[in-house]
Amino acid sequence: MSEPEQTEAAWTEADGEYAHGSPLVSCRIDPTGTYLFTGGTDQRIVRWTLGSDDRADFVGHESWPWALACDAAGSTFISGGYDERLIWWDLKASEPVPLREVQAHAGWIRGVACDPQGQLVASAGNDHRVKLWSLADGALVRELQGHESHVYNVAFTPDGQTVVSGDLKGVVREWQVADGVCIAERDASVLYKYDGGFRADIGGTRGLAVSADGRYVAASGITNVSNAFAGVGNAAVVLFDRESGESRVLKLKEDLRAVCWAIDFHPLGLVVGAISGGGGSFLVVWDLQGETELWKLKLPQASRAMSLDNTARRVALAGYDGVARVYRLGEARPQPAA
Amino acid sequence: MKCNHACGSQEHGLARRSFLGTMLGAGASAGLGTLVRPAAAEELQRQQKRVLVCYLAGGVSQLETWDPKPRTDTGGPFRAIPTSVPGVHISELLPHTAQQMHRLMLVRGVNTNENDHGKGSYIMQTGRRREPSTDYPYMGSLAARLLAPEGAALPGYIHITPGGGGSISAGEAAFLGPRYAPVVLGNGNPPQNTALPDAVSVTSDAARQSLRRQQDERFLRRRRTALTEAYTSTYDQAAALMAQREVFDVSKESEQDHERYGTHDFGRHCLLARRLLENGVTFVKVSHSNYDTHNENFNFHIEQLGEFDRTFATLINDLADRGLLESTLVLVLSEFGRTPRINHLYGRDHWGTAWSIAMSGCGLQLGGTVGATNDNGTEVVDRQVDGGHLFHTYLRALGFDPTDQLTVDGRPVQIADPAAEAIEEVLA
Repeated sequence: MSEPEQTEAAWTEADGEYAHGSPLVSCRIDPTGTYLFTGGTDQRIVRWTLGSDDRADFVGHESWPWALACDAAGSTFISGGYDERLIWWDLKASEPVPLREVQAHAGWIRGVACDPQGQLVASAGNDHRVKLWSLADGALVRELQGHESHVYNVAFTPDGQTVVSGDLKGVVREWQVADGVCIAERDASVLYKYDGGFRADIGGTRGLAVSADGRYVAASGITNVSNAFAGVGNAAVVLFDRESGESRVLKLKEDLRAVCWAIDFHPLGLVVGAISGGGGSFLVVWDLQGETELWKLKLPQASRAMSLDNTARRVALAGYDGVARVYRLGEARPQPAA
Repeated sequence: MKCNHACGSQEHGLARRSFLGTMLGAGASAGLGTLVRPAAAEELQRQQKRVLVCYLAGGVSQLETWDPKPRTDTGGPFRAIPTSVPGVHISELLPHTAQQMHRLMLVRGVNTNENDHGKGSYIMQTGRRREPSTDYPYMGSLAARLLAPEGAALPGYIHITPGGGGSISAGEAAFLGPRYAPVVLGNGNPPQNTALPDAVSVTSDAARQSLRRQQDERFLRRRRTALTEAYTSTYDQAAALMAQREVFDVSKESEQDHERYGTHDFGRHCLLARRLLENGVTFVKVSHSNYDTHNENFNFHIEQLGEFDRTFATLINDLADRGLLESTLVLVLSEFGRTPRINHLYGRDHWGTAWSIAMSGCGLQLGGTVGATNDNGTEVVDRQVDGGHLFHTYLRALGFDPTDQLTVDGRPVQIADPAAEAIEEVLA
């Protein structure tokens, strides 16, 4: 690549901490880059005005608000909870109240996304369903059936024509928005294991993202699990090339006992992941064309969710210590790790 | 005078013991653990009381089952739901069990103060802490000794495990002797070596057994000892068990029942437990694995309790409908609970300080709770009990006086821990 490289210190710069007050499970930066939303185990969502101490509490869920999304215009905020409900909010309201509540799934809601055209909301949950909703009125538009385990995540392609979903067993499906037909099924089963010793399923598509050009899908989670109940396994990312149909696993130089909780694409040809577990917590960057990590930053606390802003100049990480940390990212690619 | 085998060979002895151990864990230990008041035991045997234990191995979370604390810092993501008993709420992960709450009693103030798997399991199944000098029998072995009819063809204590092969877990019987050890049905399979080999016909087997009896009788006329008698009775018990092999065949139950209990292993094992209890087995323990959720506690409890809930509720309902619940003590146990604190892996760790169990049947007061923890479940604030209290309560429910004594090597040993007492509130 022709871009100059930057060192670790130069590529990230701490740009604020936001103390929610309970362990965080989710975070989202709004499309305008004005606000950061954090979801905590206290069942609250807090909206922070980035760069200031201004905060507003969004109270409505009766369980953990695991999935957060903003519409493309930056006017509506959608939250999905383990209470099986989707809630519509005025993203900028000075005193936020639920505008609409939808009993959306029979079981936890684990993923929510808004389409780029501002028409639809997609949700995914433990009832093995992906559902499409009207952003305008909350009406159910389409129900997508085919997953055979809990659906962990959902994302739209940039053209809004396809919705991508990933489940507990690492099955990644692509669905046509127009008619709900499943047009592709991809194998990320490396992110799943049935642990015969503990007699339980472990893994899942913890992170899911589609690249800005629509060519790549990344699914992230844990692999090589040797002890499900102690969380002994390695963080991993599966990268799918939707054009060629090929896939490969993005690796770390040293196997980290951890989960890659969130993944996203960066316009500099990078893949960015939030990794956390017994082996530590890291912000990790891969070259989209490479296989092993390009760069990583050790984080001060376990981080279980991540959000890049629309310009990819800032990243927010949701901490187990109840603090969301924002880092400003460099304009050039980071220097490869030593 | 000690009586050796006639051939005098060590190999012979080992082979014979191996067979006996695999088959029954049978009775070479007669005379150990003699009850001081045998008449009382005979009366209880006549009443045909039984015990069913659902053992949730690894330590089920009390916060995800019997003592939810929603909207607190320790509560986790699950909500509490109402039950068939007004005012009693349990975790939303147990919707079917919630409808059986009028047949359950929750003990919410358990403090065993033990966070080790092995030691916790011992406390919950013997009612005592480990002592260097003495091993005490598990509840199942004690029930087999005190409740099972003399000469019963079926083992008094059967343990259905999630996987692995069948075996005898001799240590659980402690001083009662291996005769009262559990027969382990690995994955619910029948006891090993209870089917005639293909090469042996029923007729030839009968002739073979007849010859054995003749030789035994001849031998006993000259060299009768407790051990030689035990060997002979073991063969007779084994033959009786082989004749009842169908009792272990859960496929004989209806397809509808298989569907009701669930097609997973735990469903099949609980249906087998019902079959065994109906056929007179005194003590059945069904283990469900695994709840040792240091990582991803909530996902794993969805999965494990998703199996447990409907199956357990169906079993309780069936025992009640069939008139068995009155005479069957049902317990849902683990070695401990799980920490109120949620760790960074979304897990909960070992926690014996403030947790819960569930009980049913056998004339207990049902449809309520006893004991309580504080708002976020970090300590017991009302009616704290430990394994000893629970053990006393089980024995009382079964009709025993827990202060009765067994004679072990000539010294008296109280059946239950002398330092504890029963939870009177749950006894009728």
